[in-house]
Formats: sequence, C-alpha cells, structure tokens
Amino acid sequence: MPMPSCDVLVIGGGLNGLACATRLAQTGRKVTLVEAEPETGGATRALPDLAKGVKAPALAHLLWHLDPRVEKAMTLDRHGLAWAARDIATTVLSPLGPLTVTGAQTSGPDAMAWNRLYSRLTRMAERLEPFRRMAPPRLGGGNDWLALARHALGLRLLGAREFRDLLRLVLINAHDVATDELTDPRLRALLCFDATLGAWASPRNPNTLILWLDRLAGQVAGRKQSLSLPKGGLPALAAAMTAAARAAGVTIRTGARVARIDIAADRADGVTLQTGEMLSARIVVSAIGPKPTLLNLVGARHLDAGLVTRLRHQKARGATAKLHLALSAAPDFGTDLRARLLIAPDEQAVDLAFNPVKYGETPAAPVMELLLSSAFEPGHAPEGQHVLSANVQFAPHAPKDAFSAKTSLLAAAMAQLERAAPGIGALVTASDFLMPQDIEARFGMAGGSWHHGDLSVEQMLFLRPLPELSRYATPVAGLWLTGAGTHPGGLSGAAGWNAAEAIERAGA
Amino acid sequence: MIYDAVILGAGHNGLVTACYLARAGLSVCVVEKNGWIGGAAVSRELTPGFTYSNCSYVSSLFRPEIMRDLELPKHGLQILPYEGGAVFMENGDTLGMFRDHDANRREFARHSPRDAEAYDIYARDVLRHCRFIRPMLLRTPPDPARFRPRDLAELAWLGRQLTGQSERQIAEMIRFWTMSISDYLDHYFESPVIKAYLAVSAIIGTALGPMSPGSAYVLLHHYMGDVDGNIGAWGFARGGMGAITAALAASLRAAGGEIRVSAGVETILVQNGRAVGATLSNGDEVRAQRVISNMDVKRTMLTHVAEAELPADYLASVKKFKTRGSSGKLNIALDAAPVFPALPEGSPALKGDLHFTDSIERMERAYDDWKSGHFSADPFQDVMIPTMIDPTMAPPGKHFMSCFVQYAPPKIEGRDWTDADRDAFGQTCLDQIERHAPGFKDRVLHVEIRTPRELEAEVGLTEGNIFQGELTFDQLLFNRPVPGYAQYRTPIRDLWICGASTHPGGGVMGAPGRNAAAEILRDMRLAPKDMSDAYAVL
Amino acid sequence: MTATSLHRQPLAETPFHPRTSALNRLHNWGAWAGYRTAGCYGDTVMEHTAIRNAASLYDITPMIKYRITGPDAAAYLDRLTVRNVSNLAEKAVHYTAWTDDAGQMMDDGTLFRLGPQDFRLCCQERHLPWLRDSAWGFDVVIADETESVAALALQGPTSAAVLRACGFDIDGLKPFRMAEFAFAETNLLISRTGFTGDLGYELWIPPAQALALWDHLMMQGAPFGLMPVGSDAVMLARTEAGFLTANLDFIPAQQALREDRSRSPLELGLGWMVDWNKGPFTGRRALLAERETGGRWALVGLDIPGNVSAEGAILYHRKTAEAGFITAACWSPTLKRNLALAQVQARHADCRDLWVEIYALRELQYVKLMLPVRATPRPFFAPERRRATPPPAF
Repeated sequence: MPMPSCDVLVIGGGLNGLACATRLAQTGRKVTLVEAEPETGGATRALPDLAKGVKAPALAHLLWHLDPRVEKAMTLDRHGLAWAARDIATTVLSPLGPLTVTGAQTSGPDAMAWNRLYSRLTRMAERLEPFRRMAPPRLGGGNDWLALARHALGLRLLGAREFRDLLRLVLINAHDVATDELTDPRLRALLCFDATLGAWASPRNPNTLILWLDRLAGQVAGRKQSLSLPKGGLPALAAAMTAAARAAGVTIRTGARVARIDIAADRADGVTLQTGEMLSARIVVSAIGPKPTLLNLVGARHLDAGLVTRLRHQKARGATAKLHLALSAAPDFGTDLRARLLIAPDEQAVDLAFNPVKYGETPAAPVMELLLSSAFEPGHAPEGQHVLSANVQFAPHAPKDAFSAKTSLLAAAMAQLERAAPGIGALVTASDFLMPQDIEARFGMAGGSWHHGDLSVEQMLFLRPLPELSRYATPVAGLWLTGAGTHPGGLSGAAGWNAAEAIERAGA
Repeated sequence: MIYDAVILGAGHNGLVTACYLARAGLSVCVVEKNGWIGGAAVSRELTPGFTYSNCSYVSSLFRPEIMRDLELPKHGLQILPYEGGAVFMENGDTLGMFRDHDANRREFARHSPRDAEAYDIYARDVLRHCRFIRPMLLRTPPDPARFRPRDLAELAWLGRQLTGQSERQIAEMIRFWTMSISDYLDHYFESPVIKAYLAVSAIIGTALGPMSPGSAYVLLHHYMGDVDGNIGAWGFARGGMGAITAALAASLRAAGGEIRVSAGVETILVQNGRAVGATLSNGDEVRAQRVISNMDVKRTMLTHVAEAELPADYLASVKKFKTRGSSGKLNIALDAAPVFPALPEGSPALKGDLHFTDSIERMERAYDDWKSGHFSADPFQDVMIPTMIDPTMAPPGKHFMSCFVQYAPPKIEGRDWTDADRDAFGQTCLDQIERHAPGFKDRVLHVEIRTPRELEAEVGLTEGNIFQGELTFDQLLFNRPVPGYAQYRTPIRDLWICGASTHPGGGVMGAPGRNAAAEILRDMRLAPKDMSDAYAVL
Repeated sequence: MTATSLHRQPLAETPFHPRTSALNRLHNWGAWAGYRTAGCYGDTVMEHTAIRNAASLYDITPMIKYRITGPDAAAYLDRLTVRNVSNLAEKAVHYTAWTDDAGQMMDDGTLFRLGPQDFRLCCQERHLPWLRDSAWGFDVVIADETESVAALALQGPTSAAVLRACGFDIDGLKPFRMAEFAFAETNLLISRTGFTGDLGYELWIPPAQALALWDHLMMQGAPFGLMPVGSDAVMLARTEAGFLTANLDFIPAQQALREDRSRSPLELGLGWMVDWNKGPFTGRRALLAERETGGRWALVGLDIPGNVSAEGAILYHRKTAEAGFITAACWSPTLKRNLALAQVQARHADCRDLWVEIYALRELQYVKLMLPVRATPRPFFAPERRRATPPPAF
C-alpha cells in the first residue's frame, strides 16, 4: 500500500469542512480538502452572476451564528472578514404597517411584552448554547461528565421558576407561546416565522419553539443575538475561512468531485475522485452530509443493513425555496431597506403557508424573508440597482407535480412581493428561483434541506443525524462526519470544530 | 357536618379518589352538578330502550389495579373484549382487522405483503414503549426543580427506568416521544390505508394532526392500556361506559361515602388560604377538611376560585394550560344494523371499530380544517356498534351506534357554535357513513350530536377537551397541569385536583384519581388502605 | 369476500390438505405460520419410529420461502447472511443464519442456490421487511413464494429407496445438494436436506401438482413403510438430533420484546459458520467485537441422568445460583439418552457443577429432581446413512 498522501482528507469545502480542516491542520496534521465545485463555501458560495454586475448572494444570505472558537482560532478578521452590518433589524411588513424589531427592542403595543419574552427566552437559550460547542452527550456513558455537569448546572441556575418554565417550553410549539405572550400579530408572525425558518414545520407543531431558542443562542463576532452581514456578503466569509485554512496549511483542491470513499481492510483509506484519481489518507472526514456520504460514497455494501435503512428514513425535507431578483431600482416596501424584511402578516399566515407542503403542494400566500444586500453596502449591484434574495416558505421537497409547483410558487411569491412593494415586478431584470430539489441539485444538500437533514427534535443532539452517528464517528473506521447534518447543524462552523475535537480525542 | 373530604364532580376520577379515601376511613361527600353521575364515563337513555355511552365509548386504560382494589366487578363492572374492525376505502375495498394474528397478516398482505410482516415489528417496538411508560401511570411525578428527598428519589427512579435500557433503545424512545405518527409509521409501512388505520390512536381527542410532532406519544397513550393483560387491546364496558362509574358509585356507597347529584359547585370556599368547602347550586353549602376537584384545572381555578386567592404566576400558568377541544360525538339509535356492502354479511368487522379515512393525508386535511376554526369537511370517524356484542344497550335487533369524530373545534371561526353549526356537523358525519352504508340514514331512530360546546356545557370539560387538557409534552408528567403543581396539590392549602388535568392524563384511566388519593392520604400521614401496588411489568 | 372468509377460517390450508385431513385420524391440528398442519396423525410414537426406522412424509409447505433473484443476488446474500454465499455452488444448499446490526440472530434457515443469480431462502419466521430493506443498493428482486411452492419432507432410512421406487434417480445426490426431475409435466426439485438428522430429502413442487406427488410417494412408499407424520414426531426427532428452532431455542432479534432476550450466532454455537474474511456483512462489526470480548451466553447440549425430560427446567450452578435454562429436551427413544439443549451464562459454558431442577409431574403431584448435567456434543444423532452417497437402501 502506498504511503497516504495526507493524514486527513476532508470532503466538502463548506464552512464546517473548512473549520474542521483548519483545526486539524493547526494541530499538526497534513490536511487536504477536496471541493466538488470550482469555489469553496458550500451554501455560502457565490452563485453565478444574475446579471451584469449583480452578485446574487449565496443560498445563505445572513449569519445568525458564527462559532466563537472558530472565529478566534481561524483569526478570520486577519483573513479579511469585516462586517457590512451588525445587529440587523427585522421589519415585519404588514397591512398594519411595518414593525421594526431589533433583538429585544421594538415599538407598538407589545413592546414591553416582547422585551420580557425575548429576554426570558434569551436567558434560556444562553444556558443551552454550551451544548452546541461539544459533541452530543451519549446516553450510554463515556461522556465528558465534568462539562456536562457544568452545562446542566447552568440550566438549573436559571432558578426554580425559569428552570420549570424551560422544561415546559422546551418541546412546546411556537404558535402557542406567540399567542399566549403577544397580541401584536406582527410580533407573533416574527416569532412563528423565525421558529420555522429553514425547517419542515408549521409553527403549530410541537417542538418548534426550541428552533427559535437555537437561533437565540447565536452569536457573531462577540455579539449575542446579532444578525450580521459580512462585507461582501456571505461569500466573503467563505473566502476568509478559505484563506485561514490555507494559512493553517490545508491543501485545498476545488473542482475535485469525490466518486467514492475507498475502504480497505475495514478502514476508510482515502477517496477516488470522479476523474479516477485516488487520494489516500489516514482518515477521511466528510462534510457533505450523512446521507450522500454513507449511502453514495461509501455504499450500502460496506454498511450494516439496519444503519442503511435508518439513514434512508432520516428525514431530509427542505421546505424553503430561494428567490433571487436583480432590480433596476430600489423597490418601495415603505420602510428602510437596510433590514431583514418579513412578509408574514400574522401567525396564522405562517401556519397556512405550511399546510399545502404536507401534501406536496404549494401555498397561495407564501411567507418570505427578504434581504437586499445592495442596500447595506455598494458592490452587490451596479450603482442605483439592487439585488434581492428571498427565502420563500414553504415549498414542497417532493412536489406532486414538480413543474407546476415551481411555476405556481414563483407566481405566488412574486404576487406577495407586488403586494408588499407595488411596482417591484416591473423592476426585475433577472431572476433565479430554486425549489428544494434545485437546491439539492446545486448544493448537494439531501432533500434541499439547509441542514443536510431536518433539524428537528427527533434528529437533534444525540439523535443527530442518527444516534449511532451522533459523535461524528461512523462504523467505518477512519471515516468521520461533520457538516450541518451533524450536531449542532447550521453553518456556524461549530459542527466542524466539534468533529475535529472528536477526531483529536480519538487520537486519529 | 364537616366532611373529611368533599369531591367536586362525580366523574370516574372523582369517584376513584372518593372510594380510596372512604376506604381509608374518611367521611367523603361527592357533589355533582348533573342529575346523574359519571362525568364523561356515562351511560344515558335519551331515547326509550337505548342506552348511549354518550361521551367515552370504549375502555382499555382504566387501571386493573383500581378495579381490583375497589371491587368493581363485584359492583357490576364487566369489560368485554371486542373483535375485528375495518377501514372502508374510497375505492370500495376495505382493510379488515382480525383477532387471529395470521388472518390479520393475510388481510394486511392484500394491501402490502411487506407491511403485513412489518406490522409485527412495529407492534413489538410500540409495546416496548408501553412497557416503559406503564409503571409511571400510578406514580406521582417528581418536581425536577426541587431538592426534596421524595423528588430526588423519584427522579432517580425515573433515571433508573431510563438507563435500564440500552443506549439504542433510549434513543428510540426519545425519538418516538417527539415524532409525528406519520413520520414514525413511514419507518415501517408503505400502504396508505394501513398507515391511516394505525395512525388513528394518535389523533383521538387530540388537537394535533398525524403529521404533528408529539402525535406518536398520543398513540402510546391509547396503547398503554390493556384488557386482562393484553396490552393495547380495547373493550366495551357492559352496559356502556356508565357501568364504570356506576360500579364506582356502588363501591363508594358500600364504603360509606355519600353522593349528591344536582348539586353543582358554585364557589370553592377559601378561608385564610385554606379550602374549607363549597357552596352549591342548590343553595347548600358543604364544609370539609379538604376540597378535591375532579374538574379540570381551568374550570376549577378560573370559575370556582376567587382570583385573589391565587398567586399571579399560578393563575397565568392555568390560563396558558391548553384545553382546545378537537372532538365531537354522534350517538345514534338504529332500527336495524347498518349494511356495509363492502363487508360480507356477518362480518366480524362490525364487532369492532369502523373507519372511513383511508389515508394520513385525509386525516391531516381534516386537522387543517380544525386549525382554521371549522369542523372537518371530510372528518375522521371512529364508529362502534357496542350492541353487536353487548345485549344490554338496545332492544334485540336494534342497535346503538357511537361515532367519535375528529375534528371539531371549540369555536367556529372564533365565535360560539350555533345549533345550525351543530346540525351541519352531524349531517356531515351521517353523510359519510351513508356513502359506505346506503340506506343507513333510513334506519336512524334518534341522533344525539355533541360538539365541544355540548361537551363543555354538560360534562364541564373546558372547551370540550376530552382529556381535560391537551397531551403534549409541555403538559405531561411534571408539567401537568402546571409546573411546580404536578403533585395533585394547588397553591391553596387543602384544595386538591384529581381529574385528568393531572398526571397521567385522560382516557378513562382512573390513575389521576388514585394518585391524588395516595397523595392526600400521604399528606394526612395515613397509610392507604386497599391500595395494591402497581402490577409489575415483567 | 376476504373479511369474512378470514374470520371463519383464519388458518389457511396447504395444497396437501385434502390428503392430510383424510389421514388425520385424531383431527389433531396445530397452527404453523398461518396454516393448519397436523400435530399428530394417530400415534406420535409410531410416527417417530417411522422417521428412524422407515420413511416419513411431513408437509413443510408452511415453511417461509423467499425467492431472491437478480445480478446482485449472491453479493446481496453475502451482505445479508454470515456464511460465504459466493462459495455456495449451484444446486447446493447450506444452513445459514443472519443477524441485525448488533450481531443478534434474526433467524436461521437453509439457502438454496437454484442458479447463478437465483436463490431460495427457507426459514421459520417472516422477514420480508428486513430482506427488502437489506436489498437497498443491490440489483435483486425478493419475493415471498411461500404460497406458490408446496413442499414435503421425506425423511428416514428408507427415504432414498422410496424415491428410487418413484423413479427418481437420487443415487448421486450428496447431502446439501439438489436435483430436478420431471414429474407430472412439471419440475420437481429434490434436495437432500432435512430437519431430522437422518437420511432424508425435501421435495419442492408447484401447488397444482402437490396431490399427484403425494399420491405417487404414498403409493410407491408403502412397501418401504412410508407414513405421514405430524409436527410432534418431527420436533422429537429434531431435539434428539440437536437442531435449533427459532422461537424455541432462540428469539429472533426483531421479535424480542425484552432487549436482553436476543442472542448472537456465537452465543448459539453457530460461530463455525461465520466467514470473517468474506468482506462486510450486516452484524460483522458487532460480532468481531463480541469475538474479542466474549458473549454473554452459550448454547450447550446436555446429557441428563435418569429418564425424565427436562423441558422448561432451570439450571443452577452448585445447585444454588441460576445459570441458565433448558430450551428443548426429550428422552430420546433412538439414543436411549435424556437429552437437552440449554442456554447457559457464558462463564458456565463448560457446564461444570451445573444442576438441573426438574419438576416431574406424577399423578397430579410434582416431584422435584435436582440432577447434575453433563455437556455433550451436538448433533446428538448423526448416523452414517445420513451422509453416505449413494445412500443405502435402509
């Protein structure tokens, strides 16, 4: 057998792959990262230009979380990461008029109630946050008991009242909390929207509030609950992390699509690229998602049948479509464009938009999250022009009729936009609309799910992606998982960092 | 006289509590607003010659320990296992259910050979979850936020229950408790009609659809009972569900307890922070050392206790307690048995549950209607004809048919139900049956239509919720009904709650009533008498 | 319509039912996998004697039969089962087992290689979901052919002679091999396999020709003492041979309600069939780990003093600490020994100082016996004639 060409081979150059590769390189390993696309960045990579001079933001257009460990160890500021906007406000567009919310602050009749609720839930979220920065606890033992006890104590130190409240709220639905605590339909809509953003769930589903708590646990560059936009958009974050990875000694090969993970003598010992080229490595880490990694690159033959079945049944249901529009001029939403705009009049609208998706159909009135990155800084579109990116909810991952689903959802989204900003349709010079299956095709995400598999309670923490895969190791010796499909999901880099830590601990 | 205990409401849980207290030597009085007893476990003759189980209609969850302790069989209770069942499909076919394992397998195999075999694996897996949960039913939940020895000991017990299983099984259990029944069934089955049939127990009485996470737990809630050790089996109470409460009442009287009907509570009397009795609708006042409410927590606290007596936090939590009703009921007197052409004459299916919903999608769409404040246009119905087995409920050859219906909202588009709404609801249900049993409507002698409005008005279930509170995790175990007050106590000293609002919830189980009695006796430092240990799960 | 017919007749009948029902003098029927099958035709002792002395005919149609075909069939079965299927020759059969991911027994059975890409898997329990799920990623088709193949077990010293008299030349047929013969305008498949430990064959035929085959065998077999036998006699024969039966000697993993009830093939003494070098198969990682750390249980064959069958008895170490339990036991009329299969805790696999507590029912009173047991190798009964090729006449 030839000498391995590297110690670690990382598949997938998204943020988690980059974070994982960097940490492993920083601890003295020889790391090669292979990325199938011409650019690294995964969900944050720049899409091809929509129109001349118009840079469509990537699939992800805002940052909720950036793992502080990743940020610090990768010295991203030194690799060019700067911020176009921090603490970005959210403006809920509504027939009642727009309502702007920045963290706990808002106006209107519910300003106080919102502040109380937001602060209370933020306190809980902050106690849950440490669990994001560790491998999920194991149910059968073998835990870092000290860290676990510390985090558990942190929860208990909320005080009896809030601890009880947490136990009540942890699996509750977002809708009931919104209607119990708030009267302003716009705030209810905001809570319900953010609890189900990127999820296959109605806000009336139990287990949705925790998704909002997860968002509230976020921090970016030293600020908690700070919705942020990097200078140059999210592709710039990918660029900074790529530069940091290179600086740490990671060899990055783009345009290198892996055809299979090679297994010899019960161990993963490298990969074969689609070109036929073989790269050998002592260990292989895949950030492209548990399903494609194990089902496609490893293959059923090397895995136990039960695991394959459980993996096939793992839910990966993207329910968010992505709309990009190049606009010849600023649209008129009747509010400051330097905010995240939500088209969601009330909590029921969010729920109703989900109903048809359950049956593979599309909503007549989707709810939407809009960002005009060109409003925050120049460079995203030619002077005077704009680029709008929208998350359109909800979209079926397995439509009964794919073609008509796409055309009808696009028409419905445009109609929603037209109602919110009359005349916007006439400003559109170019557009791009991705249904979940288009997202799967373009980004390789199973089911078009942002998290490479639903981020839902039954697939969270020690259940993510499956109980037997939850500690980043796989049954195939030498093969590890990271990426959004592993705990804690998302593109904060935490999964990459945790996986690297698990690999180090295993002495691999 | 001052009773040792007055119990507000003669539902099954109130009567269970009363029986145990009376047997322990306490002087007990049960007051009931209606002219009859039973709450939601009731048999009534609304048309001559026919006995309706006009709320709950089948029994499985009622704890056998209670039947034995309180000698209910001696007082007339008899549970009849039932056989068969069928789902009538839109395409004219049926899915039949049989007590014989292999007959059932061969019938399922007509719809999917794979699913027919998967059913055994599924049943095994669900039974594992049942075995885990059953020992919890007759125990008081711990308060995880307190450090009293009893709470720590109970938490440790729970921990041992959990860690007594493999890591894999714990993970399976947590997944099961948090999933939707639709997702759960997708792991096992491919046939829409088989999935629809199996999803039924996950939506009965629930303000959730089969695609809502947490609905798998509701299924477990309906599976964890048994008929003579046959876990998951259901049966009829001979003489209707009122036979359960009638036997309880007889047992109570035999133990020296007293029951007053047409004596609804008006106000729970509180003096110096202690409950001392209640004023009644008939003008009486009962005085007692302790007051035990069988009403749900909302009705108890928001209607019958002066707001000033309750801490603001507690009051706020009670108001947040979710009691959205989701079910309606039709009770029908039939001149003759209905004829379903899809079933051959004499089919055993008629001696079991009949459904007309052949896909999860139809169930979920029925739930979508509920969310929008409408009764389902294409409702799910669980239809039973108890008189196919029970000779006591209708004249020979005639039948009582019980139709349990999902979904019916507590309000129609935010306003109260009208009689016209109710009748339209009833018509929708009758039409659905008629489609599968032509001529059925001609055999109808009498119909009682019950929406959440009627359930609330007659039985006192707030918003018509049949479980006295929804069965989602935020309202289960130590969260039920109010975190910090899950041990049958309330902020008012000597005011207790013993109904289905408390752990382990509804379903004609009797467990809340027994657990409350155990807590009360414990509080009085009295040893419970005739309270057998929960049957071991071997 | 099905709903009623299934109610009136929950048990199906095999294609041989018109003959077996006529012969069943006692109308002693039992349920086997949803079929009505004879427990005993008239006299279990005489039926068992036929198995060991002459020839017996046993309706094994209810045996679950899965047909596995396709280009990946062999690769699929290599991944499914613990034995090496690539090495299984065409027209050969092997006894095999398969496990779940945790290396716990799903079932055992016999695998027939009918062609290069064509297999039949026969087993006691149903496994279609597992077989289908395991097929993901393989180009195979899996069908349940239980109802479309009728089967008979022809077992006993004169069974070869019966077949010869029927006109089937089985002289060259070795154990665990099969051959096809033309019969009644169809193909009759005869395999030299069985569940009695004796010389014997199993015959596989389409249901339409089942009765013709039965009649032919019974007529030609009469001079050789052929008689139909029921399950009671066959179970006695299998116990004295020392063969395992699912749900009697082990619980299939997918049926185990209590997690600790399942067993690995190593714990059941089937380690010999595991091919560790053939590449990945389901359960391999778990079994490798178990091979390192050792299992919890061991399946042993026991010789027990006296002549009281130890069915259902518990085993004790030093007469005090529970150490295991009997799964099958009989007084063997053939071997004149009191035999048993038992599961014992792994540390007692050598059976030293193990005692069996037998409750012998004698005229309504139980007599308690505490007897020392001795490990004895399996199979308990393996006569020369079982393997001889060509097979002897008796």
